[in-house]
Amino acid sequence: MTKAKRKRLIYNLITFALVIAAFIILQSMIANKMISRSLKGQLVPICAWIVMAVSLNLVIGFSGELSLGHAGFMSVGAYTGAIISGWLLQVYEVQDTTLRLVLAMVAGGLIAGIAGVLIGIPVLRLRGDYLAIVTLAFGEIIRSLVNVLYVGVADGKLHFSFLNKNMPAGVSMLVDGAKGAVKIKPVATFTAGFVLILITLVVVLNLVNSRAGRAIQATRDNRIAAESMGVPVTKYKMMAFVTAAVLAGMAGALYGLNSSTVIPTQFTFNQSINVLVFVVLGGLGNVLGSVVSATLLTVLPEVLRAFADYRMLVYAIVLILVMVFTNNPTIRAFADRLFAPVKAIFRRSKKKTAGGDAQ
Amino acid sequence: MSQLPKKHRSDTKMVPVPSHSIVPERDVNEIPVLETRHLGIEFGGLKAVDDFNLTIGKTEIAGLIGPNGAGKTTVFNMLTKVYEPTTGAVLINGKDLHGMSIVQASKLGIARTFQNIRLFDKMTVEENVRIGLHNQIKYDMFSGIFRLPRYWKQERKQHEKAMELLDIFGMQDLADEEAGSLPYGAQRRLEIVRALATDPKLLLLDEPAAGMNPKETEELMENIAKIRDQFQIAILLIEHDMSLVMGVCEGICVLNFGKVIAKGTADEIQANPVVIEAYLGKKKEG
Repeated sequence: MTKAKRKRLIYNLITFALVIAAFIILQSMIANKMISRSLKGQLVPICAWIVMAVSLNLVIGFSGELSLGHAGFMSVGAYTGAIISGWLLQVYEVQDTTLRLVLAMVAGGLIAGIAGVLIGIPVLRLRGDYLAIVTLAFGEIIRSLVNVLYVGVADGKLHFSFLNKNMPAGVSMLVDGAKGAVKIKPVATFTAGFVLILITLVVVLNLVNSRAGRAIQATRDNRIAAESMGVPVTKYKMMAFVTAAVLAGMAGALYGLNSSTVIPTQFTFNQSINVLVFVVLGGLGNVLGSVVSATLLTVLPEVLRAFADYRMLVYAIVLILVMVFTNNPTIRAFADRLFAPVKAIFRRSKKKTAGGDAQ
Repeated sequence: MSQLPKKHRSDTKMVPVPSHSIVPERDVNEIPVLETRHLGIEFGGLKAVDDFNLTIGKTEIAGLIGPNGAGKTTVFNMLTKVYEPTTGAVLINGKDLHGMSIVQASKLGIARTFQNIRLFDKMTVEENVRIGLHNQIKYDMFSGIFRLPRYWKQERKQHEKAMELLDIFGMQDLADEEAGSLPYGAQRRLEIVRALATDPKLLLLDEPAAGMNPKETEELMENIAKIRDQFQIAILLIEHDMSLVMGVCEGICVLNFGKVIAKGTADEIQANPVVIEAYLGKKKEG
């Protein structure tokens, strides 16, 4: 095995190990009632935001396109999930919550993927800033559309409309315009979120370390050179964009089915920017970084609730400090010098164990 | 070593072909790998290249020279479909490139390096070569994601092929290095390896010796000849280093202000008064 491959394998193993370890620890904490109520309520959203961050990293970090409409795909998934789950319950009387959740997440991913294809066709012909602006616009269009979407079940049938008055009498509403998806039976579980994270990690990490993933990264590093080597750039940008949309849709379904209502204003431009912050903070192209930063930045505002009025201020300062510390070369060099003795100890002990292995 | 250029200067007999060009005698009965007919491009009314005709034999090493701004790289960009020519036609192995994309041109067997190096900086050396193998050793996205047997088989094939290609320049040791961190000369060599990985019929080299020292240039010259012999492909190179051009090229085409001013063998070009004038200027009368 080559050096680069081994390094990558270790990185992937650490990523999986950390996620699995965190899950086991949290599960045992839940079993022993060692976890606060508010944190417990945050577990499923954290899973959803991790999936959002990792999938957006595929678009921004690996295919190099700045997409500002990622929350749009999440809302497509959330609404689809709520509709499918409600429809299965009311029309087919599916009582199995796991089955409803899985079908809702699959459907959410599918519909978000279709939205990704439709949006990707015009958008991926653009480059740089233009692409960013247009994805932003599409995110807002999706939000505006669901704002006037009415879906209800009557006589065992689903009814869709963009006008409230088109709904038949005696309808049981699933989506009620600006009020959002209503009367959702929350079926999302932490375990489902954990499984979704694992699926996301497998898909993204395996994809980027394959032929298609290398093509995606080549289009990022140099478009003309990639085309000259016979790599169809638009195809691979589309592949990254749609894969990310599918994962965001599944995360959206999970997120939506965690509460009793989903309203359109939950998926504004601000949320897209939030996910972007997770990705940039964790490092472009750094999947483990996305996982960690999405977790910390979702928990942080809750932890800071004690400071009430100042919490957004503290949040912003933390953000700025982390960005400076991780990206400023001078400060990084300083930190490297600071930690050099610690690293030396590690290296020595590593050598020792390596020697031990050889004997 | 000092007579190396002489050794490489081909004693190939060049024969004229109907398209006002010359090709090596051994290639005369084959379909020429490249034929351009009245190729021209305008940028906002300015004719950057005009009436460019060139035929290259199946295994020829040809040179395209000319003063700065003569339009040499523009010709390369038209041959690889980065630019769409305003007039004329490009034929690769007798197939017209009209209306094709860069990717389609690449699939027809045309590969290039760039004057301003365009590697995939953040990827490793081996990965750069594997991008060149993109259309040679394939498997689909799902085999990759789910690590199906096809993935392992094709990945191994890609690795072996990439190493074999890197061996041309003795670069196997650098396989795991980040391409952007390589020294300049190695980056230029990697570009050639990456282009070769696409299994081209015609390899276009845009100033391959730029920034290399005389020793590196000499090695490069040997390697260009070696590549042609080993892969039996045609090579067209743009170069300002005349020792390289005169040493390795069989047919040379001189471009000035977008027009071909001379074609011929190294000896003919060196003796051509029009070429000397283009490079050195006209002798003042009196």
